[in-house]
Amino acid sequence: MLEVGGLRSGYGGLDVLRGIDMQVGDKEIVAVLGANGAGKSTLNNTICGIVAPYEGKVRFAGSDITGKAAHDIVAAGLIQVPEGRRIFPNMTVRENLELGSYRRAKPRRVANMERVVAIFPRLKERFAQKAGTLSGGEQQMLAIGRGLMAEPRLLILDEPSLGLSPLLVEGMFALIARINAEGLAIVLVEQNVMQSLSIAHRAYVIENGRVTLSGAAAELMQNAELKRSYLGM
Amino acid sequence: MLEFSILLPALLNGLTIGAVYALVALGLTLIYGVLHIINFAHGSMLMLALYGVFFLHALFGIDPYVSLLIVPPALFVLGYALQRGVIGRASHGKDENILLVTLGLAIVMDNLALYFWKADTRTIDTPYGFDTVDLGIATIAVPKAVAFVAALLICCALWLLMARTDLCKAIRALAKERQGAQLVGINVPHLFAMSFGIGAACVGAAACLLLPSFYVAPDVGQVFVLIAFTVVVLGGMGSFAGALIGGMIIGVTESIGGLFLGESLGQLGIFVIFIAVLLFRPTGLLGHRA
Ligand SMILES: Nc1ncnc2c1ncn2[C@@H]1O[C@H](COP(=O)(O)OP(=O)(O)O)[C@@H](O)[C@H]1O
Ligand SMILES: [Mg+2]
Repeated sequence: MLEVGGLRSGYGGLDVLRGIDMQVGDKEIVAVLGANGAGKSTLNNTICGIVAPYEGKVRFAGSDITGKAAHDIVAAGLIQVPEGRRIFPNMTVRENLELGSYRRAKPRRVANMERVVAIFPRLKERFAQKAGTLSGGEQQMLAIGRGLMAEPRLLILDEPSLGLSPLLVEGMFALIARINAEGLAIVLVEQNVMQSLSIAHRAYVIENGRVTLSGAAAELMQNAELKRSYLGM
Repeated sequence: MLEFSILLPALLNGLTIGAVYALVALGLTLIYGVLHIINFAHGSMLMLALYGVFFLHALFGIDPYVSLLIVPPALFVLGYALQRGVIGRASHGKDENILLVTLGLAIVMDNLALYFWKADTRTIDTPYGFDTVDLGIATIAVPKAVAFVAALLICCALWLLMARTDLCKAIRALAKERQGAQLVGINVPHLFAMSFGIGAACVGAAACLLLPSFYVAPDVGQVFVLIAFTVVVLGGMGSFAGALIGGMIIGVTESIGGLFLGESLGQLGIFVIFIAVLLFRPTGLLGHRA
């Protein structure tokens, strides 16, 4: 579904990603783990056409999308729910969801909206409310809902658990597993290592713009090095 | 004591010119709403549009109202191309650069006009230029009545167009959250250029409605850009309805001011309002709080 090879990018000539290789298969959840500043969000944004790559290749669903414009990548079905949600605060929940299908799946907007509010009944209650007035958890639901409106073929979630209470985090991971179980491939970018590994099939650990560890999630969970660096064990 | 019979025509006159101001200001406020910049080239685009209407009439005998089918689309193309080809490229995404680029464009356009068409003030003659309609309570010049009705219709049509398509939503989304907009697949450079193009088309329409009762000269844009800016500030930066109401208020203020203070001092009231708004309601009548 997604193949990233030798990807290098950064800001203003400064390298952040120093050659990333990564694959995501159909129907997989792949976790991308790493500390703050490792380059996870830069990786997402380079894949999605928001940050320009210096070098390397990105292939999605069989075609080369390296350096393509963000809106073309959305049109191809690669959808990112970004860190910090990036919802439209001045617009209602409904309008936010409608814009989710601005580039893709517009003819099925109504049906998809029903599907999204079935997943997130809370959003239905807040339909006419300005998105900026929602709670953190609701904003995250809206961001994911907006992403689903585009009928993604691959969904990248950048730190969906950030800023949520432990109880909500629990629910968020259960939800991600459920969406994946319906057949959607997911890249889950997280700092929440153990919870991510518990729902992911495979994972990559990124440090300083490089993949330092990768493999099956079940195996990584037993990895001594990972435990030491992330759990202080 | 001034009589009602003098005040009423002045009021009507103010409303008619106000509708045209609103149209010009609508373009300015649309561009501001999306790009967060004041387009200093707005007046110069109006000047070019007025020359366009003038020459279409002088060379080909095309009536200014028929030019409504030609000049606004031409201005749309000009605005789109300017934003996509010049302003966007030259500013490298920095707002303060965009401001300077539009200012530079204004200076270039004004001086090119001066070079090619000289400083002469030009007007056109139309068969209906001096006709009036009797409204019962007052009479009003036909070109002004047409301008009023047409400007309002165009404002409504534009509003409908934006509300019925995703365009309005996309513009509002982009204004507040650029990365979010990119991630739902909004083509940012295209939408910027569309806003600029539509803003320019508003100016093109205003030119067609103005010329039968107005003039054109290379510096005519300066008059309007200042008034349009006042309208936008008064109505609330980026507010559609605000531009409409603001335009009417400024038009009436100018007209009534002219009645009391004389033609040359009529605009004084506009700037009194401008300063009062900045002092007491900086977000404008319908503006959102920052
Ligand atoms: N827009 C930006 N401009 C310049 N540097 C940035 C920008 N965004 C991130 N960086 C830098 O890139 C590095 C990686 O950041 P990021 O990709 O956000 O990491 P992560 O998502 O893993 O926390 C950091 O050193 C950060 O300071
Ligand atoms: Mg990040």
